[in-house]
Amino acid sequence: MADTLVRPTAEVPPVEERRRPPRVRKTPVTYLLRFIVTAYLFFLVAWPVSLVVTNTFDNGWESIRSLLEDPDMVVALQLSAYVAVWSVVINTLFGVGMSLLLVRYEFPGKRLLNALLDLPLSVSPIVVGLALVLVYGGRNGWFGPTLAGWGLDVIFSTPGIIMATTFVALPLMIRELVPVLEEIGIEQEQAAESLGANGLQRFWRITLPSIKWGITYGVVLTLARSLGEFGAVKVVSGNVLGQTRTATLAVEEKYLNFDQQGAYATAFLLAMVSVACIVIVGIIRPKNHP
Amino acid sequence: MIWFSALVLIPLAAVVVTAIDGGWDVFWSTITNGQTAAAIRLTVFTALGVTAVNVVMGPLIAWVLVRDRFWGKSVLEVMIDIPFALPTIVAGLVLLSLYGTDSPIGVDIANQRPAVFLAFLFVTLPFVVRMVQPVLEELDRDVEEAAASLGASRLTTFRRIILPSLTPAITAGAALSFARGVSEYGSLVLLSGNLPFKTEVTSVRILSSIENDNVAAAAAVATVLLAISLAVIVLLDLIQRRVAARG
Repeated sequence: MADTLVRPTAEVPPVEERRRPPRVRKTPVTYLLRFIVTAYLFFLVAWPVSLVVTNTFDNGWESIRSLLEDPDMVVALQLSAYVAVWSVVINTLFGVGMSLLLVRYEFPGKRLLNALLDLPLSVSPIVVGLALVLVYGGRNGWFGPTLAGWGLDVIFSTPGIIMATTFVALPLMIRELVPVLEEIGIEQEQAAESLGANGLQRFWRITLPSIKWGITYGVVLTLARSLGEFGAVKVVSGNVLGQTRTATLAVEEKYLNFDQQGAYATAFLLAMVSVACIVIVGIIRPKNHP
Repeated sequence: MIWFSALVLIPLAAVVVTAIDGGWDVFWSTITNGQTAAAIRLTVFTALGVTAVNVVMGPLIAWVLVRDRFWGKSVLEVMIDIPFALPTIVAGLVLLSLYGTDSPIGVDIANQRPAVFLAFLFVTLPFVVRMVQPVLEELDRDVEEAAASLGASRLTTFRRIILPSLTPAITAGAALSFARGVSEYGSLVLLSGNLPFKTEVTSVRILSSIENDNVAAAAAVATVLLAISLAVIVLLDLIQRRVAARG
């Protein structure tokens, strides 16, 4: 009798061993797939990207230095950074608001709004630019002349660029926050409310800390997208040298003017930022989504 | 809500209103104009082709990333996201440096149709992979093992067990990558040369209409793109609903 009682426990492997993911069977197919995928990504992504780096550093740091000494280029980089920061700020504020609205409240048209939120991601940036010009264009837009009457030019100046950038980066923050908000639920907030916390306190003390990783992730994505926006900005900015030319527009301009070194150097700077963004996201993500 | 309308809805509505302002005939003759129609055809067919490639390669990449473990996998993981984060104009330049005029491997497809295909392929790479990956991670391996123990070959297991559960994710990813392909602009500027009838895509066509101050034509073509985007979104919504309904 005793041995039958003992045996089952002996057969269950130790906890650690059980937790280990099942060993992958290594067959020729495994290696074939691995090879195909690596080669595909190498030719499509890794090699082209690394070429930009080598092209930039053909003459050592020379091209980067001359780039940073060019006053027009400095203005373009500053403008890009400025626009990106504004777009991040706007999208963060409204992203949090919209996400709360979508998760916490029921209202007619919610499903429609939810679906429409994805529109900026799938619409062509050129169409975005065109749409903004049609509405806010200084000469014959819907609201443009009125705003121009107030001394506020939107199109062909910085506000237009900010709007275009905000538009294309809009869904990123919301898509990041909605699942997090859905997951945390409202029990804690209800508890806080019953203890007498007001709306602001509840948001500041409970909601915000629990979505802060979602926000961080959203900010990084929005930043990457904003810095890199090209098509929509091209339509609305007018591309005035030293005034409304962003860094991405400068890449095109330089390349078309046969200043390949300059184009590669600018592209390198932009690529660095975006790669840094993905790496940061990669570091944050495992903590956030175990 | 107001902010969303001011920024997104009203401008997009303006595009449609401007497009139908001239009446149906004008709209129709604009989009069936030889050059425009050629651009739309090229865009849609290339996007379809690229989506087909992604439907095959995407799950494959996701599979390797989830199931296989080897040195350097995390590098591949980062590489998937590069096309999404890289500014599109930089993406164009990047591809041009390997597949352009002074290519180190002697492949020069700049200003040719394959360039459009390549650019689409680059920018749409992450979509299917990123949709399929989480589903594949969640997938219960016991079911596969059960199938295998009942004598199913690996191919059968894949076809009967794994593929059905991945289908919604693949479809959603394909829809996204199709939409992204159709609307792509930035990476093509440098790469494709924008030759009319040959490598000019719809977005470029719209831009040149804007630059020629022909806003009505631009709006008409933009409406076509908008319709495609909306169709994709509706499709995505339907897929999500079906998945949610299933459990």
